[in-house]
Amino acid sequence: MENKTMMKLIVGTEAMFFLCLIMAFVYLSFVSGFSPGEQQQLSIRSTGLFSMALFCSSGTFWLAERNYNSGNFKNLKRWLSVTILLGIVFLFGQGREYMHLLQEEQIKISNSLFGTAFYTVTGFHGLHVVIGLIILLVLLSMIIAGDFNHGRSSVIRTAGIYWHFVDVVWLAVFTVIYILPRLNLLK
Amino acid sequence: MDEAFNIPEPQSPLPGVSVSTDQGLLQWISSVDHKQIGIMYMLVAFLFFLIGGVLALLMRIQLAVPENHFLSPQVYNQIFTMHGTTMIFFVLMPSVLGFSVYLTPLMIGANEMAFPRLNAFGLWMTFFGGLLLYFSFVAGGAPNAGWFNYAPLNEKNFSESSGIDYYALGLFLSGVGSVATAVNLIVTILYYRIKGMRIKQLPLFVWMVLVNSFLILAAIPPLNAALSMILLDRQLNAHFFTTGGSALLWQHLFWLFGHPEVYILILPSFGIYSEVFQVYSGKRIFGYGFVAASSVAIALLAFGVWMHHMFAVGSGLVVNGFFSASSMLIGIPTGVKIFNWLATMYGGTIRFTVSMLFAIAFLIEFTIGGLTGIAFSIVPIDWQLTDTYYVVAHLHFVLIGGSFFGILSGLFYWFPKMTGRMLNEKAGKWFFWLFVIGFNGTFFIQHILGILGMPRRVYTYPDLPWYGVYNFISSVSAFIMGIAGLLLVIIVYHGLKYGKKAGNDPWNGFTLEWMAASPPALKNFDSLPVVRSRRPLWDLKHPENRDDE
Repeated sequence: MENKTMMKLIVGTEAMFFLCLIMAFVYLSFVSGFSPGEQQQLSIRSTGLFSMALFCSSGTFWLAERNYNSGNFKNLKRWLSVTILLGIVFLFGQGREYMHLLQEEQIKISNSLFGTAFYTVTGFHGLHVVIGLIILLVLLSMIIAGDFNHGRSSVIRTAGIYWHFVDVVWLAVFTVIYILPRLNLLK
Repeated sequence: MDEAFNIPEPQSPLPGVSVSTDQGLLQWISSVDHKQIGIMYMLVAFLFFLIGGVLALLMRIQLAVPENHFLSPQVYNQIFTMHGTTMIFFVLMPSVLGFSVYLTPLMIGANEMAFPRLNAFGLWMTFFGGLLLYFSFVAGGAPNAGWFNYAPLNEKNFSESSGIDYYALGLFLSGVGSVATAVNLIVTILYYRIKGMRIKQLPLFVWMVLVNSFLILAAIPPLNAALSMILLDRQLNAHFFTTGGSALLWQHLFWLFGHPEVYILILPSFGIYSEVFQVYSGKRIFGYGFVAASSVAIALLAFGVWMHHMFAVGSGLVVNGFFSASSMLIGIPTGVKIFNWLATMYGGTIRFTVSMLFAIAFLIEFTIGGLTGIAFSIVPIDWQLTDTYYVVAHLHFVLIGGSFFGILSGLFYWFPKMTGRMLNEKAGKWFFWLFVIGFNGTFFIQHILGILGMPRRVYTYPDLPWYGVYNFISSVSAFIMGIAGLLLVIIVYHGLKYGKKAGNDPWNGFTLEWMAASPPALKNFDSLPVVRSRRPLWDLKHPENRDDE
């Protein structure tokens, strides 16, 4: 219980952090230097596709956890590996999107207010995905080493709280940065 | 030398500081014991208190007479920035957290924090954050945009030296440490209470720590977000607060952190006063539920008042009106507490120890600070007085007269528990009077200077009527505070070396920490009675008149 409560508190404080970043994005989008034209360059379709990978990874983690609870270690390893793979696919998508914006659209953190806000919010989220992947990789190697074979541990559940959180944050980021401007609600 | 390096296991509760054995300095550095970590937090605070105090005295020398050129404007900017930043982030924060991690397990009958290594992590992040901040002095110049570091002054084109980068990094690190400690404290309080102790039976200090930890979790992230942004602006030429972006965004984020921060600094002190008033009045607290609940109210209101720091930016009457009203609301839960403490003293057999004197003085000074605060929530008064010495006076009355008096009160109250030795009460009373007289002389007069129109943060001033006299009085009084500070160093040193041996329970206390040895053994408790009330030790001493019956 202690571990899970600890992670929930950390997730709570992280949620405040992202709330501030996202609110800063919204705030800056009302500043005159903010170019909505640049925001239109975002590809909702391809990013949406890669987002699906991240959203699915929450489901695969849930499957992994279920297999841990029922003692099926083979499937646990399998679903955990799929989760990690999906996380990497998401990061690949983010890298691809950055490359496109930087090289073809010439939108940089230093030459546009949209770029400043966009790279900060998505970059911090990407950083959290990387941290989550490191946690999951450590977890996977511990499982392979047999550290979880005996007794019940809250560690997998605790790591899961963090991974689901990273997923939920992206849902918020994707909604605010990609979807809402299309609906003309923010302007 | 393939031998594995072993982390020394402690053999005594308070090891010395020798470097030749592993039961000295090495033991302290590698410690995960909540008591040692609590003491180290306070030593960090003490170190930075001395530095921050010297910075303050340098400012008062500069301001003692009109048209003075003791310090250049550039140096003066760095000094007031470093003074404020040091005192808030590296004196008050570590003191508050130090008392919290030292006392929380002892008061709830636990032997350790929930996550001992996370506890050590929190301490060292705070300490290294402070070192990083001070490294700026050798890296080209300290930060110079004030402790709240307003944009665009914090941008590269206004502040070229790397001071503000170190400001951002140092505060970020210590902020991460504070968050880690807050998480640790909450989990400890929720899961490590002794059998029978319900949440409604927590000692009030622990109640305040619990509320405060949630406040830390919610308040530090806005600061960290703002610090990340300023670093991106300065290092990668981003545009958050520069031309094209919005300088106002910094103020919003900073005060969304900054206002809760001042409550983070005072809530644990409220907890200390609540313990001190009870024990030295020989009575239980009047209105436990009100003290606890009003703290929750303060914590929630803390997030709805940040724009009262920004009345002068021109947000419009509706916004100003809202934040004016919400700021006045704060006066209610705070006022409730003042009456709780007064009623606790009423009819009690009061012992005027140094600790109690500071608690009583707090009631007066904090009420003055509170009233000037209420005055500030009235927008036209704020417009008239913003950025004058009236603000300086107000914030020092609440931060020193509120938070710091609590730290001192707690120091004199729990020092026997922490070290096993008593502090000299007679010398302590000298310290009390010197400090209180110096404090009022320094800052009360600054209210008047502010009303006369003297702006803060300007390195010198013209010889206008009364300016010179009042500033001189303020500077002389500041040196009285400085002398008091030195006296405190002597008192603490003398207490450690030659102080009378303290028994387990020198003050006839009510809560569980007084059942442990003084200083507490490596393992805090071997056995404890079942807790059935808010004053378990009282119950044990007075079986005929128990609280729970």
